[in-house]
Amino acid sequence: MGIPLSYVARNLAARRTTTALTAGGMALVVYVFATVLMLAAGLEQTLTATGSEENVVVIRRGSQTEIQSGIDRRQAAIVETLPGIATGTDGRRLVSKEPVVLINLPKRDTGKPSNVVIRGVTPEGYALRPQARIVDGRLPRPGTAEVIAGRSIAAGFRGASIGETVRFASRDWTVVGTFDAGRTAFDSEIWGDAEQMLQAFRRLGYSSVIFRLADGSRFDETRAAIESDPRLTLEAKRETRFYADQSEALSKFITYLGTAISVIFSIGAVIGAMITMYASVASRTGEIGTLRALGFSRAAILGAFLAEALMLGLVGGAVGLAAASTMQAISISTMNFQTFAELAFSFTLTPGIAAGAIAFALAMGFAGGFLPAARAARMKIVDALRAA
Amino acid sequence: MSGDEPLVAIRRLSKVYVRGDQVIPVLVDINLDVARGDYVALMGPSGSGKSTLLNLVAGIDKPTSGEIRVAGVDIARLSDADLAAWRAAHVGFVFQFYNLMPVLDAFANVELPLLLTSLSRRERRERVETALALVGLTDRIEHYPNELSGGQQQRVAIARALVTDPTLIVADEPTGDLDRTTGGEVLGLLDRLNRELGKTILMVTHDPKAAEKAHRLIHLEKGVLAD
Repeated sequence: MGIPLSYVARNLAARRTTTALTAGGMALVVYVFATVLMLAAGLEQTLTATGSEENVVVIRRGSQTEIQSGIDRRQAAIVETLPGIATGTDGRRLVSKEPVVLINLPKRDTGKPSNVVIRGVTPEGYALRPQARIVDGRLPRPGTAEVIAGRSIAAGFRGASIGETVRFASRDWTVVGTFDAGRTAFDSEIWGDAEQMLQAFRRLGYSSVIFRLADGSRFDETRAAIESDPRLTLEAKRETRFYADQSEALSKFITYLGTAISVIFSIGAVIGAMITMYASVASRTGEIGTLRALGFSRAAILGAFLAEALMLGLVGGAVGLAAASTMQAISISTMNFQTFAELAFSFTLTPGIAAGAIAFALAMGFAGGFLPAARAARMKIVDALRAA
Repeated sequence: MSGDEPLVAIRRLSKVYVRGDQVIPVLVDINLDVARGDYVALMGPSGSGKSTLLNLVAGIDKPTSGEIRVAGVDIARLSDADLAAWRAAHVGFVFQFYNLMPVLDAFANVELPLLLTSLSRRERRERVETALALVGLTDRIEHYPNELSGGQQQRVAIARALVTDPTLIVADEPTGDLDRTTGGEVLGLLDRLNRELGKTILMVTHDPKAAEKAHRLIHLEKGVLAD
């Protein structure tokens, strides 16, 4: 058995001011680290949750987004008649041919313009997205200039609340409802009648065709049918994959940037921990000599001081993580530069992020504690006792 | 090891410190036997080498040359790790300034050397309680060093020294930080350990009163045994 952990923990508690300051420095780094990862995870989760595994999104081959895509009516009609598409309760095939356009709307708080996605939806489009529920008002009537706004858009943009009007495509559109799509990307869209949108934006074709498979496991067959058809220059993706791809670039950018910043910050925290641990070794030289005289090995001394540094890291990690977890209450809105559209999402703490943040804190503790611990372990017993 | 053999047998022991170009002989050609159950006081002026000799016998320092056999083991030849294990099993330490862990209570301080044994938690508790009872501190078992007087701290240190039932107890100025009355109590306790439990004690002291309690007095002068 080595030196008891109670000895290690009580030494930290005995120097509570130094311990608090050092752990506080580590907590700040862990807070930044965890928050950035939570931001990327929130973005990913929002976009991944947007899709359904049974739904298929068809866009023009080579397009990354619906905004870049274009499908003419002839191609859309071919897709519409593919076998294996599910039918709704009314017997109609669950296919929605949708124009998707970016417009500029002023933000409610700053008045600064930002891009918002306008989606033309068919009655089948609503059926394809059961997660989108009207929480206030009603659905737009077909053939009218009525729209509904996602929860985030209604809250964040001028003219997007129920009863207000938004102006785009040289027309005023009345907002007749607000929908909640369960914190998915649809919450950051405005939906209206697909045919009205085509006319208003003078579009001849659609941006995407979305349909539901009767049997989700036959996706590969359906994709092969679309992608091998010489009349179609289209590609098909499961809706979940399609939206996950939308988040990839931004979430990677956030993760890399955040990790780089955290690593730079952590150098300061590691130096802080090192100073604390060197001071701890210096103030306990006599104790080290006594423990060695009693028969504790060099490895036991090394282990005890490393455990102390790791405990310091653990405390810092736990505090930083606890502070970061409060960020889950906050929802932010930013430009997804892959789609060039405004996207609202929340910070999301996952078990992986929690484990990563604690591991990062322990790594800082280890890096800060190793050299002082090695110094303690190398001390000659007689010299250490003489210093007591 | 036969019953007639001394517990500690030191032969041609030398210790030299090198500081830069200077070679400082601290102990020169020491030969000394300490019998099992003996109580030996090492005296001499400061710098005479008595603490160095005690450290060498206790296995916390290594000689430059010579042999130190304790209970038949030449500890000068043991590796660092083996020497640590040997100390844990065979030596009990009593220091001038007690050297208790300030963040551990009396129980945990006395229990420390037992953590290096294979004893169960229950067995360790029994031993610690017995050791603390022997030094008369049963009622201070949960007290921290800063809640104890100097004499009480030294008694805790003595309990820690004897809790493993060591072959040898080494004491470096055990009364050096205590007033005469408290020092007398500590010396009485060491005397009891020697008489009643048969513990072999090697003590460094400047105090003639303390030395009087020992069975044998050894003087060191400039690293050489004076008698």
